[in-house]
Amino acid sequence: MERARPEFLIRALTVAVIVFNVSGNYFLDVGMRSVGEIVSLSPLDYLRVFGNAWVVSGVLLLLIWLLCQLSLLSWADLTYVLPITSVSYVLTAVAGALFLKEHVSAARWLGVSLIVTGVMVVGRTCPRTAPEKAGRP
Amino acid sequence: MKWLLVLIIVLCNTAGDVLNTFGMRRHGKVREFHPSALRRLLASLARNGYVMGGMVAMAISFFALLSLLSIAELSFAIPATSASYLFETILAKYLLSEEVHWQRWLGAGLVACGVGLLSV
Repeated sequence: MERARPEFLIRALTVAVIVFNVSGNYFLDVGMRSVGEIVSLSPLDYLRVFGNAWVVSGVLLLLIWLLCQLSLLSWADLTYVLPITSVSYVLTAVAGALFLKEHVSAARWLGVSLIVTGVMVVGRTCPRTAPEKAGRP
Repeated sequence: MKWLLVLIIVLCNTAGDVLNTFGMRRHGKVREFHPSALRRLLASLARNGYVMGGMVAMAISFFALLSLLSIAELSFAIPATSASYLFETILAKYLLSEEVHWQRWLGAGLVACGVGLLSV
């Protein structure tokens, strides 16, 4: 992995970002359904959710996602990473339909196809256009 | 309440992604992924003020998302945050000096519309 070519590395990190994002969000969603409603400013109310195994697994998956996302951002533009990794929304919609039995309307399938088209358009651009150390505000 | 949480999530997402991208550029490319390299990466990120700022923004966004998920479905929560594509593309162009050609605008626009439609 250390000597991997940049194009391969960018592709592998992109896949990892998508997989960990979708699985993390799915686990969190299942967990929050069993925990019930919390809208609160007190940190104690949020600590309660960490007793739930689904929530804990979801958080761990999202931590791995974060490391992959940061590594990917060290190689590629934000305006490349962001649209490409939105494939995760498509997979989330599909996972919601398949496993959580959420209804997927015709409009949502249209949304899915727009995202896929957008991903294909951005996927044809060069992943990195920004200068190496630029972007100082 | 639903929409206030959406606003917090969009603003913190945008700030978090831009700060993280900026921080990772200063950090340099991540080339190694074995456990000891990842430990060094974590130690170096902990001293990176931009990435830490990005983490704070993402943590706020994460807890707002947890709250939102407890009162709304995932299929409302995720699409409602699609506005961040617009802000992030603009900030990437002007703050991060990325070349945002028409393909990138078209792609980001299609994705944002698509994500918006997911909530219908």
